[in-house]
Amino acid sequence: MNLDYAAGILLGSLHAMVPITLTASGEVIGESAGLFNIGLEGIILVSAMTGALGAEAAGPAVGLMVGLGTGFVIGLIFGGVCTYFKGVQLVAGVGINLFAAGLVAFWLIHLGVPGHHAVAAEHQLANIATPFGDFSPMILVAVALPVFLYVLLFRTKLGLKIRAVGENPQAADVAGIKIHLLRLLATAAGASLAGLAGAYISVDWLGSVTKEVSAGRGFIALATVVFSGLNPLLVLLGGFIFGFFDNLAVWVATMPTIKKFIPWQFIAMAPYAVTLLVVAGVIGRAKFPAAIGIPYERE
Amino acid sequence: MRFPAGIDELAKTIVAGVIGFTVGALIIKLYGYDPIAAYRALFNGAFGDLYSFSESLANATPLILTALTFAIGFRGGMFNIGAEGQLYLGALAAVAVSYFHLPSAVSFALSLICAVLAGALWSLPAAILKAIRGVHEVISTIMLNWISQFLCFYLISEILVDPQRAEKTISVVESARLPLLVQGTSLSYGIFISLFAAIIIYLLLWRTVIGFDIRATGHNPLAAAYAGIEQWKIVLIVFISGGLTAGLAGAMHVMGRPPIYAIYGGMPSIKGLGFEGLAVAMIGRNHPIGIIFAAIFFGGLLAGGRMMQLSANVPLELVRVVEGMVVLFLAIPELVKLFGWLRKIGIPPIFRSKRS
Repeated sequence: MNLDYAAGILLGSLHAMVPITLTASGEVIGESAGLFNIGLEGIILVSAMTGALGAEAAGPAVGLMVGLGTGFVIGLIFGGVCTYFKGVQLVAGVGINLFAAGLVAFWLIHLGVPGHHAVAAEHQLANIATPFGDFSPMILVAVALPVFLYVLLFRTKLGLKIRAVGENPQAADVAGIKIHLLRLLATAAGASLAGLAGAYISVDWLGSVTKEVSAGRGFIALATVVFSGLNPLLVLLGGFIFGFFDNLAVWVATMPTIKKFIPWQFIAMAPYAVTLLVVAGVIGRAKFPAAIGIPYERE
Repeated sequence: MRFPAGIDELAKTIVAGVIGFTVGALIIKLYGYDPIAAYRALFNGAFGDLYSFSESLANATPLILTALTFAIGFRGGMFNIGAEGQLYLGALAAVAVSYFHLPSAVSFALSLICAVLAGALWSLPAAILKAIRGVHEVISTIMLNWISQFLCFYLISEILVDPQRAEKTISVVESARLPLLVQGTSLSYGIFISLFAAIIIYLLLWRTVIGFDIRATGHNPLAAAYAGIEQWKIVLIVFISGGLTAGLAGAMHVMGRPPIYAIYGGMPSIKGLGFEGLAVAMIGRNHPIGIIFAAIFFGGLLAGGRMMQLSANVPLELVRVVEGMVVLFLAIPELVKLFGWLRKIGIPPIFRSKRS
């Protein structure tokens, strides 16, 4: 009985972990290259919408790919504004969030039922049945991806170049690296993972789109990146912790006995408080690329 | 083309606005509605008559204040996006005063004071972390916004809950409400409080030594530090004054907005006002006077969106799409030169007119 409970919570946490880990892994690439994308929340939202429509048109695998592509396109727009046009990254990101919130709400009304669009079960990604509940194959992707990205960032030449344009673009420029192009591709690749996360939410995990379906996960992913100090392996751990608390808060909200002892709202805020302590240097100290957030200009 | 600084800023806003509305029109068209009818309804709903204009001003009231929070930070070279969380607590602090059934004059003043103090208090952790540990304010304010949200969810459902209606907080007592300026609309005297705050912030930034120090830090932090301006003082002043206006924005909503004068669970009526304030600040080019006009424009879009939905069937959410596009393009520093740049790289032949 207790074991079943524990396994259920673990499985729930793993499902909640997937979108956060995917998005945060992507953002690690972007931030390593020097671009801080606060618009991840909006990318998840729009991709949840396009992913759901893609899945309904041509199956769940296509849906996930449509989400990935949507993220890539929005990432190109954000990256283009913030590299070649030297845009202020935080402002551009906030613009994307506003745009996405409007577009998805508009789209949902256009589709008929205001505020809610359910993806029928036959269009959702098939999960593996286990004795403790369904297990999504996307969990495996979310676990493998950070490992792959760790190798990419710290063990390959491309990874070195990505980190160089984030740390010292002047030097990288002299070394012959195309700063704007590499930054653009890095942030677009990162954004496409946020798009995949959005499609996972609608095509697999929750199976529906609402105008608040992203539910702050883009911001949680940003917090996870901070928590990780741009190490993809720590993103995996951070993503699991956030997923665990996300799941635990929902669980506590439904348990009257525990709710009296500790309100669910305090469990839900715990990961943010922990992240705040991490950045404050109480628990370790996060280090970021020197040139993060600064548009590159040749002198 | 070279413009004096002020004209250049205005030109940039207009260019971004034109792009935003063009993208909006394309989307309206794409989904099979009529863009011209939609925009006509939008304009009439925003500024067509006294009622519409009053609603636009009512929407602008809190936006002016949250925009000021961001603008003060921006002038000081900081990116303070904490208005969102500070606004929630400001609103709830104003509601909380009504819990105690105080004499009327006292409860009005105390509601305002508690709201601004709550906002300022919630800005302190970010300010202290930045001043002492060098923590970037974007990260700390994002975290504080979420902590504030969950704290407020708790306060709304467990402490300040209306015993008769569990879905909302108690309402602000009648004596602590701002009287309506135009009967039958949502516009209260709160608009004058917002305008007054904008003027105060203008005077602070451009007519005081502290304001000079803030702007100097924003222009060049190293030079400012070398000139003897103490960074930690600037950080504290910027965050606290931003927190005061954000808290006041929350108070304006619960004390000045009919009909409920309370907050529903999930805070739908105030959620997002902080981030929209950021957009308003960008459109107003981070200047208090520009912000007043930008907030009225923004408030007008929200009010006009309703009319657009009613008479042209275009969902009012479209105005957010336009807002988002405008903000995205305003991020580009040399937007006005964009067209010159396009000419330089060569416009594809199909877009060229025959004569050239």
